Amino acid sequence: MATSPPKTSARPKSLDLLPDAPVPAEGEAGVEFPNRLFEYEPAKESTEHVRLEDRYGLFIGGRFVNPHSKAHHPTINPATEEQLALVAEADASDVDRAVEAASRAFLQWSRLSGGQRARFLFRLARLLQERSRELAVVESLDGGKPIRESRDFDVPAAAQHLFYHAGWADKLGFAFAAGPGRALGVIGQVIPWNFPLLMLAWKVAPALATGNTVVLKPAETTPLTALLFADICRQAELPPGVVNIVTGGPEVGAALVRHPGLAKVAFTGSTAVGKEIQRALAGSGKRLSLELGGKAAHVIFEDSPIDQAVEGVVNGIFFNQGHVCCAGSRLLVQESIAEPFLRRLRLRVSRLRVGDPLDKNTDIGAINSRAQLDRIEALVQAGVGEGAHLYQPGCELPDRGFWFPPSIFTGVAPAHRIAREEIFGPVLAVMTFRTPKEAVERANNTRYGLSAGVWTSKGSRILWMSQRLRAGVVWANTYNQFDPASPFGGYRESGFGREGGVQGLAEYLEFS
Amino acid sequence: MTGPTVTKTPKLYIGGAFVRSESGLVYRPQSAANVPRGSRKDLREAVRAARRAQPGWAGLTAYNRGQVIYRVAEMMESARSSFMLALGGGRQAGREVDSCLEALVFYAGAADKLSQLGGSVNSVAGPFFNFTIPEPVGVTFLVAGDRRALLPLVTHVAAAICGGNAVVALVSSARPLPGLLLGETLQTGDVPPGVVNLLSGMPEDLLGWAGSHRDIDLIDCCGCDPQEWRELAEAAAESVTRVLPPETTPALTPSLSLRMMEMKTVWHPVGL
Repeated sequence: MATSPPKTSARPKSLDLLPDAPVPAEGEAGVEFPNRLFEYEPAKESTEHVRLEDRYGLFIGGRFVNPHSKAHHPTINPATEEQLALVAEADASDVDRAVEAASRAFLQWSRLSGGQRARFLFRLARLLQERSRELAVVESLDGGKPIRESRDFDVPAAAQHLFYHAGWADKLGFAFAAGPGRALGVIGQVIPWNFPLLMLAWKVAPALATGNTVVLKPAETTPLTALLFADICRQAELPPGVVNIVTGGPEVGAALVRHPGLAKVAFTGSTAVGKEIQRALAGSGKRLSLELGGKAAHVIFEDSPIDQAVEGVVNGIFFNQGHVCCAGSRLLVQESIAEPFLRRLRLRVSRLRVGDPLDKNTDIGAINSRAQLDRIEALVQAGVGEGAHLYQPGCELPDRGFWFPPSIFTGVAPAHRIAREEIFGPVLAVMTFRTPKEAVERANNTRYGLSAGVWTSKGSRILWMSQRLRAGVVWANTYNQFDPASPFGGYRESGFGREGGVQGLAEYLEFS
Repeated sequence: MTGPTVTKTPKLYIGGAFVRSESGLVYRPQSAANVPRGSRKDLREAVRAARRAQPGWAGLTAYNRGQVIYRVAEMMESARSSFMLALGGGRQAGREVDSCLEALVFYAGAADKLSQLGGSVNSVAGPFFNFTIPEPVGVTFLVAGDRRALLPLVTHVAAAICGGNAVVALVSSARPLPGLLLGETLQTGDVPPGVVNLLSGMPEDLLGWAGSHRDIDLIDCCGCDPQEWRELAEAAAESVTRVLPPETTPALTPSLSLRMMEMKTVWHPVGL
């Protein structure tokens, strides 16, 4: 592996060096700011055990094949801008081949007993766990996310999704009042670059458990763990054609979702592309589930457990560099505690470590691509231009690769672009409110509705808020929790359909 | 003194009031009745009324909503002769009224079952209480279609409102009178104003506007033909509006109500 790691950013030696150094209020109980921070030694995850191919084909009918176009494109490490491998560029004829392979496989796969399908899915889950270190390293290399997250969240959660759905495969007859349901056929699945392997598992596991076969297109910038998953399918001796993986750019995705041989399309990605797919499938009778963008409100009441809420807010917006559709990107703080809350938040953010994704101390890794970095920079510029006040801790960013420091905007008006548009980066827009009613109005003042957060010590208020927040997932006194048993999906322009739980399973079955 | 019969002017039902079309236009699909030809502006008013009424209706207890829908069934039974007349009389009309009553009674009793049928408590791998409940999607737009004059309308309106939605419905354009008569039944059944709004008119006047209307949350293409369905669904994509496909036989199933609802999942930590 020829990857020269970027240096983890130098930390400020003392808080005195911070441009916006927080000053503890006198007599504020429980808050003591030490004026010295410990230095961290680099703790780099080894890449020695990872063996990537120079060049990957398409995974169709159980084997890697050359793309019809013979073309390949490089996938790079966003932390170093170095090439990791060449990945095949599929075209419409490759999509045809993949759908054909999946259709053939469907005849047998859908007729297997649920118990037999379960065995395969359990195998896949176990193989994922066995190869978890390799997968975590490749996920961080290809996507730029901190190894701490890929190791502790992405890969274990992906395995859990396979394990959970394996257990459904032989219990479909008990799951629904309307009967066991029937498999739909070939499912076209298009997934994003923010959680490449986890999104693959979210899509593939329920589809296979219910007897469907899939053609999956991973994101252009993060295809590698999907290609490793293809190898895992071979290792599991999954029947050829049950899982097919076609790589390439947006035009491959467009060809896939419009393919007449599909029974359903499942898409996770931007709202703009989701709308195109919905339009393309209009009136076709094909099933569709969309998991799109978000602009989640994170509401902090004055009676919140403040330290925990600060952690929740940090996790809510800076997890995975903010490349999260359900990121808590609009912070709504009750006016009475806004000032001390923001002081603590800035202090906490000043101590986040930005740098080498493979360093186990890293909190914020690399931005996934040049294009995404450009988009974040443009929106942050717009925020400054519209008059909001920007806070960024003084951290040095590595010279090469794509980086953006954690950013907090205060003085944000609801009409500002940074309060309305999904930034998909480590950028928080802070607003205040006075009454619970105002909090609900502000929180719901968006075209999105994927998730919301609320922090308060008052139980009845949690339930009152949960009822009124127009969002598919409400995190109360926590944030960014995910589980295969817990349905995930949005209201409004955040899409429709659910993934996870018995509700997610139903998306892959026909009942009439 | 006996004179000519007192005839009834057919009217739209918007926000709990019986009104003529803002357009001032009528058409004559059935016998000699002058049926209002609903316009874009009527649609807008109806959606506005539905939006205003929806939170209050969803805020009632499900038990309460169920009782209101049952009351509508009682009112329909007592107005049976009027419905029979509007449906053209005979055994077939009688059967259609019977089926409508069956649908109303079915969905009246479904209102307080939906969260148990569609919701769940989820065993997540961590110290959290996690549950999923269905919530009304908001305002639905129903194209009742011409297949039958009353049954699809009644079934789909009942399925929508039992979960807490408000509805704007375009009644059958070929046979609008039974559908418009339903307004009187809803009103005397104590359905709050605006929860159900009934428009008559030409699909081509209204569907284009309904498909792209930003304040409609779900389009129920129940009675659409394939082309109407495709056009509505294409327009709906611009705001990711949910679309239900055309239906061949009206279904009595809680899953029809649940398809007009969103699933909300709530997490809370468990701890000291």
